[in-house]
Amino acid sequence: MTALAALIRRDIRIALRVGGGALIGVLFFLTVVVLMPFAVGPDLALLTRLGPAILWLGALLASLLTLDRLFMADHEDGSLDLIVMSRTPLELTCAAKALAHWLAAGLPLIVATPVLGLLLNLDATATSAVALTLLAGTPALTFTGMIGAALAVTLHRGGLLLAVLVLPLSIPVLIFGVSASQAAITGPLSFGTPFSILCALSLVSLVIGPFAAAASLRHGLD
Amino acid sequence: MTLIDLANPTKFLTLTARVLPWLAALTAVLLLVGLYQSAMAPDDYQQGSTVKIMFVHVPNAWLSMFVWGVMSLAALGTLVWRHPLADVAAKAAAPIGAAFTFLALVTGSLWGRPMWGTYWEWDARLTSVLILFLMYLGLIALWRAVEDPSRAARAAAILTLVGALNLPIIKFSVDWWNTLHQPASVMRMGGTALDRAFLIPLLVMAVAFSLLFVTLHLAAMRNEILRRRVRSLQMMQASQRSA
Repeated sequence: MTALAALIRRDIRIALRVGGGALIGVLFFLTVVVLMPFAVGPDLALLTRLGPAILWLGALLASLLTLDRLFMADHEDGSLDLIVMSRTPLELTCAAKALAHWLAAGLPLIVATPVLGLLLNLDATATSAVALTLLAGTPALTFTGMIGAALAVTLHRGGLLLAVLVLPLSIPVLIFGVSASQAAITGPLSFGTPFSILCALSLVSLVIGPFAAAASLRHGLD
Repeated sequence: MTLIDLANPTKFLTLTARVLPWLAALTAVLLLVGLYQSAMAPDDYQQGSTVKIMFVHVPNAWLSMFVWGVMSLAALGTLVWRHPLADVAAKAAAPIGAAFTFLALVTGSLWGRPMWGTYWEWDARLTSVLILFLMYLGLIALWRAVEDPSRAARAAAILTLVGALNLPIIKFSVDWWNTLHQPASVMRMGGTALDRAFLIPLLVMAVAFSLLFVTLHLAAMRNEILRRRVRSLQMMQASQRSA
């Protein structure tokens, strides 16, 4: 347990310091949201309607951008080999690393959502709905993305491949995240149904992600 | 002849060399019979003659999922039993499955235009099959990204098993979400909803397409084994020359 806690603390510290790149994700998120009014026009009513979708897309792309940091840096300096060889089960280690990555790179996105919601003319209910769905959905993005990151790190040149492999798996999360936030803002549908499916997706990925990532690390690194 | 005996690539090659011509001939005959029966099938009272697209569309759609199932079994063979032909089977199946999925999407949208008035609709079944197609392409890209075939096999096997989660979503998408695509009518609780005049040609076409897959798959596996032999011969030659 102490080994996992130490690993989480180390990963968060590396991610938040200079060159760690976790907060670049927030900056990228901001840039995507700022670009949207230029693309669709500064019509505030339209932006309100598109708001949840824009925020979700921005968060999805930002979390994809930071994903290759998950194993790449450790692979480059050799600590990934030590982690694989250590006595802690690799599945648990993978889960701990993903948790640290989500705390350092995913949580800031959710904290930034209310501010970005202001730019898109979302009211308080809409912003809190989007933030809540992001809170429930981004763990799924991190934990399924971890599978792609583990595959990519064992392939040496898997950077672009990571996006191709991970994006199809994240489509269900996007669908239910956006439909839950839309339901909270406008829809006649209830917020609960898509939101609970979103939570279920997160829980399933919490189970499958560490096992698949650990398997691909174990098979991929010689 | 058991599954273990087939693990020897040479035995596999001699066996398939004997079986393949018969299999190909049987496939051709069944395809001809199925196409003839499909052409002779009566027009639907609602859909007119466009219903005949079904005889091509439905087998393609079934095969697109079936091939991923075969690849998932092969992935288990790679990861659990270390069967030496399992990764050859998985690699050979991916492009064939992608082709079936692509054909299912194309014939579906050609059928959708006269029936629904649109080539494409973002409905649950269509979208999940499109995701399946994207996953096939990602898997093929993964196979090509790694030079060493056995390492590529293990990476691809893990991705195949993760992607298999999409199969039940596709199968039940028409029951869970009430959208444009019609619900299941052949394989469903309480028997088929299809008339015999349509059911028999459809089943013949389904068997013919499955045999087509088996034939193409075995041929592609032979090619892959031979390609690997050429590769190892080249590497042996290179190492002898450098020594």
